[in-house]
Amino acid sequence: MTTPSTTLLKPKHQRLVLVLFALAALIGAGLLAAFALSRQASYFYIPSDIAAHPPEPGRAVRLGGMVQKGTLKTMPDGVTIHFIVTDGKARVPVRFSGITPDLFVEGSGVVAEGRMEDGTFVADNLLAKHDEKYVPREMKNMTESDAKQVVAQTQ
Amino acid sequence: MIAEVGLALLWLAAALAALQLVVGALALRPEGRALAGLVRPVAVMQGLLVMGAFAALVMLFVTTDLSVKLVVDNSHSAKPLIFKIAGTWGNHEGSMLLWVTIMAVAGAFVALIERRLDEATLTATLAGQAFISLGFYVFLLIASNPFARLAQPADEGQGLNPLLQDIGLAFHPPTLYVGYVGLSIAFSFAIGALVTRNVGPAFARAMRPWVLGAWIFLTLGITAGSYWAYYTLGWGGWWFWDPVENASLMPWLAATALLHSVSVLQSRDALRAWTVMLGVVAFSMSMVGTFLVRSGILTSVHAFAVDPQRGAFILALLAIDIGGALALFTLRAGTVTEGKRFGLVSREAALVFNNVMLSGILGIVLIGTLYPLLTEAYGVKVSVGAPYFNPAAGMFAFPMFVVMAVGPLLRWRQDRLSGARSGRRLWPLAVCLALVLAVLVGVELTAHGIALLPALGLSVAPGLLLASLLPLRGRNLRRTPLPVWGMVVAHAGIAVALFGMASESAFSVERLAALSIGEAREVGPWRVSLDGMMPVAGPNWTALEANVTTRYAGGTPVQLHPRAETFTNPPGTRNESALETRWNGQLYVVLGEQAEDGRWQMRFWWKPFVPLIWLGGALVGLGGALALLGRVMSDIRRLVAKDKIAWRRMRQGR
Repeated sequence: MTTPSTTLLKPKHQRLVLVLFALAALIGAGLLAAFALSRQASYFYIPSDIAAHPPEPGRAVRLGGMVQKGTLKTMPDGVTIHFIVTDGKARVPVRFSGITPDLFVEGSGVVAEGRMEDGTFVADNLLAKHDEKYVPREMKNMTESDAKQVVAQTQ
Repeated sequence: MIAEVGLALLWLAAALAALQLVVGALALRPEGRALAGLVRPVAVMQGLLVMGAFAALVMLFVTTDLSVKLVVDNSHSAKPLIFKIAGTWGNHEGSMLLWVTIMAVAGAFVALIERRLDEATLTATLAGQAFISLGFYVFLLIASNPFARLAQPADEGQGLNPLLQDIGLAFHPPTLYVGYVGLSIAFSFAIGALVTRNVGPAFARAMRPWVLGAWIFLTLGITAGSYWAYYTLGWGGWWFWDPVENASLMPWLAATALLHSVSVLQSRDALRAWTVMLGVVAFSMSMVGTFLVRSGILTSVHAFAVDPQRGAFILALLAIDIGGALALFTLRAGTVTEGKRFGLVSREAALVFNNVMLSGILGIVLIGTLYPLLTEAYGVKVSVGAPYFNPAAGMFAFPMFVVMAVGPLLRWRQDRLSGARSGRRLWPLAVCLALVLAVLVGVELTAHGIALLPALGLSVAPGLLLASLLPLRGRNLRRTPLPVWGMVVAHAGIAVALFGMASESAFSVERLAALSIGEAREVGPWRVSLDGMMPVAGPNWTALEANVTTRYAGGTPVQLHPRAETFTNPPGTRNESALETRWNGQLYVVLGEQAEDGRWQMRFWWKPFVPLIWLGGALVGLGGALALLGRVMSDIRRLVAKDKIAWRRMRQGR
């Protein structure tokens, strides 16, 4: 049987082992992150992207666009709404159950988080323009450049 | 007048920081040794001056001086006093002033009371602290002056974002900032030790209380922030993996790793380079967080202003500080000799394992947080959320929990898990393992459709709780040192919080309903009914308040009053949720809008054991506080004993 002192590594070797272990774990973390990101990152779509290359059903994505006027309907349960999001070129029907953000109205910009199911976008969450200081990042470019034009087209 | 005094104090403090840096650097050379005595008083004076500047800004907010731009942009005369004071740091410039204030005061504190470190390392540490502070002074004075006046005083201020008008604002940011900036002390200690080539147990002993202190504040700040977001945002969630939350989590992970490795360095003189590296990384994560939050690169309630100049400035500061520190580390790491050796089965090895796992989680969170920024540079918009973070972080967290249960029972240096003596330590662990398996089987059999992670969390938590109490076994509880109690309480807190998180995600019941007055619904074991609506008014808001009667399993009814508040200055709305807490969970009620047919949208959640998340966080903080108290007390005892010995010697004329 060996005494404890002989089972210890030499200091140089011990440092090497520690460095290798730490490196292996960090590289592992990096690879895991890359793998998980490629599967779990949720991409941002506008309606014409969805028309051109629809995401696989069930994959979490985000959809940004304008709520088309005259399409917002509340279902009889009082909490489920249907509306159509458009970018002026394509239209995507959206279903959402929940309390809508305060500034969510027809003709306003919206970013919906959710997934495509049978041609309908089922939203888990809606982000609307909140106030001047809190604008979803994707909406910022949109409201400045496209929004007026899109709203004009959808009216 | 107050604004000018504040600005003058800020300039003076900046000048003293420059002096502190130059004198500190000179004093490290043999010919400048005479200057060394100057560094401590300068650091103290710098702290006092910047405190004066901060007090001036608070005064401006309290009196609502409408000739100052910052006050006009962020305050309003009709705001309650507490939010006028807290509003001082509820904006970009004010929060950066709070940052340098804490940084300078922490430096002054070190200069005043740190007596264990050798004078050269302390001088280098204070010079390092002055170097970081100086960057932030320049940032404040050039790019975000909080004291700027308006040419024409405004008639009224624009008010504070309603979401921030909450008592949470008074506590969450200062607590978190003390944590972030406390890590700058650890960073400066690491720099100081590298400069003077003095990395060893004495350095670790001096650095440890500061790391511990910063870590306690970070823990409490994150816990408070999580609870604030939970009750004020009305989404029923307690953690959103929002980049800003991640920005506070990353320094915490690094600080937790640092805390454990510094204890190895102090007790066993091992992990020297690793500890110094973590000291650099921990504060780097604070800086990355500041950059993410304050540069306007992210959109969030935490990002106050979008100003590319500021972002570039903070990025430059980040590059100089972190790049400089890493360069110094690379240059000097070779001169840090290897520490003491230890075996594969030993407490050191367990701590190394947990350190590496924490670094792994840190890497996962960092990559997930930065990835959307990287892809956006290539025109692809991506968001990363819980589906990525939870499983990826869990891969590292669960092995860590296992080692966390075993590690404190191992001996330093070398231990064996076979032989007659180790049986006494192994069977309690076997009991814990059996408990984990029993709960896992129970959960899988009785509750269907629970995802893997919550099920694992539910089963690991009780075993971990039991295992974290094991270090107390066989000890005389009244003579157990406070730091041991601290470790036990903090580890138990992790288990408690883990149980809360797992239970929340496994058993939450959500009901969304449109209710007319008088209508009732079932929410899990609760029966809730909407009894009426009433308009109410607060100091600077008006609201609709619902009267909701709730009964738990047919028990006594409890009235809840969720509100939808409307603010006029600035215009905005806020949903104030109503909470009913029981020992086994919390009912969460949010009032939405009125539908066209007159019914009210309401959202209910029944979240079993959710308060355990924050209770666990508080326990972790308490554990840290106990450990800190124990260390400080033993330091004081040692000082008193030394003085006594010195006095006796003097009396005996030796």
